[in-house]
Amino acid sequence: MIETLINIALFAMLITTAFAIVRMDHLFGVVMLSGVFSLLSAMLFVTLDAVDVAFTEAAVGAGISTVLMLGTIALTARREKRVNNRTFVPMLVCVVTGAVLIYGTLDMPNFGDPNAPAQIHVAPAYLNDSIEEIDVPNVVTSILASYRGYDTMGETAVVFTAGIGVMLILSGLRHRRHSLRQRLRLESRRRRKLAKRGQT
Amino acid sequence: MEFILGHLNYWFVIVLMMTGLYIVISRGNLVKKIVGLNVFQVSVFMLYISIGKVTGGTAPIFPTDLQGKIQIDPTIVYSNPLPHVLILTAIVVGIATTSLGLALIVRIREEYNTIEEQDILDQDAATAHAENLAHGDAMGGRA
Repeated sequence: MIETLINIALFAMLITTAFAIVRMDHLFGVVMLSGVFSLLSAMLFVTLDAVDVAFTEAAVGAGISTVLMLGTIALTARREKRVNNRTFVPMLVCVVTGAVLIYGTLDMPNFGDPNAPAQIHVAPAYLNDSIEEIDVPNVVTSILASYRGYDTMGETAVVFTAGIGVMLILSGLRHRRHSLRQRLRLESRRRRKLAKRGQT
Repeated sequence: MEFILGHLNYWFVIVLMMTGLYIVISRGNLVKKIVGLNVFQVSVFMLYISIGKVTGGTAPIFPTDLQGKIQIDPTIVYSNPLPHVLILTAIVVGIATTSLGLALIVRIREEYNTIEEQDILDQDAATAHAENLAHGDAMGGRA
């Protein structure tokens, strides 16, 4: 019972944070709230027994992505330009999609049901055999690194590709900025010279 | 009542998901769109982790004795470790895509000097219009 209450409280905080993100137009505040959102979700993961996911989310979601977003708003803009047009169509789309999704959950087994299909298929095999086959106390580790090692390899490939993409997109940013500034400086110097010539 | 309590988690998750979707499709600021995508993504993670939870269960880590030998206690119920593994992978892939999106935003701002969707579209339309005019004149007003 207490777990249910904690869950509901955490979800209430998460929903409040998400609505605050919708309403806020200071991008700094939005980024901070997204960090708060990640941290709250990490707490929720702890109550749902996913401790590995919780600390990854706290480190990656609340840490690294917040830093990346802060860097981005430092390089771009601090405020969102508020355009108060079309809110009806997006709202309609969201409500309809949400209704369909909720209709879909009606067929799902109850939360925490030990006889749910997800619980009786392959998970018991992992829980029973991993001690003998891998001999690591943390089952998540043994699945991640051994049973589903190819997933992790693919993940590494994705991260590598994304890193290369970021480097290619941003390479020469400082150089281009520098040369732009130099061009502007030369331009203004030339203009000043012309103005001086005009005066004399 | 039991049905409602048993599905409440999923419904909360769907509300969060739709909030993220709403941010993505109704706001024009590109950084905010990325934040909305993040909200959506984290709610999908919550859905998966909720599916893996077993009532009365605990984190899927076996207790060890002082020598580090694994103790097997059949009375302990463990939650499903498989969704945890999938979501661990998804979190890392998510940060990779987020960083790529943010890099694209920085590049867009460099090129257009704005990160508002509407301004970018206006500039593109103006460019296309100017080019049409120029080429149209060159081709005798027929382009």
